[in-house]
Amino acid sequence: MAPARLSGRDLVKPSTDQIWDWLDDVPDPEIPVISVVDLGIIRDVQWAGEALEVTLTPTYSGCPATSVIEISVDAALRDKGIESVTLKRQIAPPWTTDWLSDKGRAKLETYGIAPPNPAGGPDRCPRCQSTDLERISQFGSTPCKAQWRCKDCLEPFDYFKCI
Amino acid sequence: MSQPDPLLEFLLRMGDNTLVLGHRVSEWCGKGPVLEEDIALANTALDLIGQTQMWLGLAGDIEGKGRSADDLAMLRDAWEFRCTLLVEQPNGDFGQTMMRQYLFDQWHLLQLRALKDSSHDQIAAIAAKAEKEVTYHHERSADLVIRLGDGTEESRPKMQAALDLLYPYVGEFFEGDATDKTLAEAGIAPDPASLRGAFDAALSTTMDEATLTLPDSRFTHKGGKTGTRHSEHLGHLLTQMQWLQRAYPGATW
Repeated sequence: MAPARLSGRDLVKPSTDQIWDWLDDVPDPEIPVISVVDLGIIRDVQWAGEALEVTLTPTYSGCPATSVIEISVDAALRDKGIESVTLKRQIAPPWTTDWLSDKGRAKLETYGIAPPNPAGGPDRCPRCQSTDLERISQFGSTPCKAQWRCKDCLEPFDYFKCI
Repeated sequence: MSQPDPLLEFLLRMGDNTLVLGHRVSEWCGKGPVLEEDIALANTALDLIGQTQMWLGLAGDIEGKGRSADDLAMLRDAWEFRCTLLVEQPNGDFGQTMMRQYLFDQWHLLQLRALKDSSHDQIAAIAAKAEKEVTYHHERSADLVIRLGDGTEESRPKMQAALDLLYPYVGEFFEGDATDKTLAEAGIAPDPASLRGAFDAALSTTMDEATLTLPDSRFTHKGGKTGTRHSEHLGHLLTQMQWLQRAYPGATW
């Protein structure tokens, strides 16, 4: 049986809370363990008549994931039967790691990525919890990460840069 | 010939600096001295190209002729570019690349901090976004200039030679013209000369820590920012950067 699809005419529009829940299932393309909502780049969800407006704020100016995220958000909402989706890119105020959700921070750490920390470096090794750490590089495999190493378990790990 | 629109001219200057330096730094991709530095260089280039999309995107909107950021980047010739001569200079060795990066980052950071208070909302928004990234670039380039300057018998003379070579390109950032005057009066952008004091103070602190000596002469090469005379290096860079769009017009992926 084909899944029930909503169209503008037959059913009530899904609430924005429902939309936020759906978006919380859309993974970040580079760090799929967290969602685009956890990452804090979805800034607003609003109905404008029959069209749904979703406002996104990119993380880094040149981050290639931004376009992929836009495509994933659009596809996820269409999949839920929303036919008209408008994506708006908003750069002000600029994205900050303060917008990462607590759930997202916890998931990052479980995954092996140390969450951002205002002190400018990770609190502890995400694997063995040691605090004896050293920075290997200010940058990492994506614009949002840096490379650190634990001097106890000797494992290198990613640190989510705090900006 | 009609006078160029000062706002458009300013946006091209910002976007061409980040574009040309972003391209230069990307030339290191796959050739960095160690893997971590290779990644750092590529990430810096990526940030600069991302900022270029915002500056040149806005320039295209202001121009109103339907040109996109890509059109402006790939389909203008050398004399239409408004980048400073410093960012066109070849990479040289790793130390020379980091010296060029530090000299640029130091100016760029001051410029973006001032632009955050621009009377033009979109310019202020781009500056606020870019400042976060550039703060990070500056932290790294200053750190490396200090470590390599106050480094070994091999690294120190290389860093001093890089400073002697590149310092004569710094003054161009602080030279103002009619465009700058118009924008400063409108509260859109700072008077370039107003940033020199803070720049000199920061430079002097960094070079002291790096145990390097600033050249005495304030002589400066110029002509890039106004487009009147670029160095020969820009043309060579464009042949590589623009090759695909020139050979296969309109190619997309």
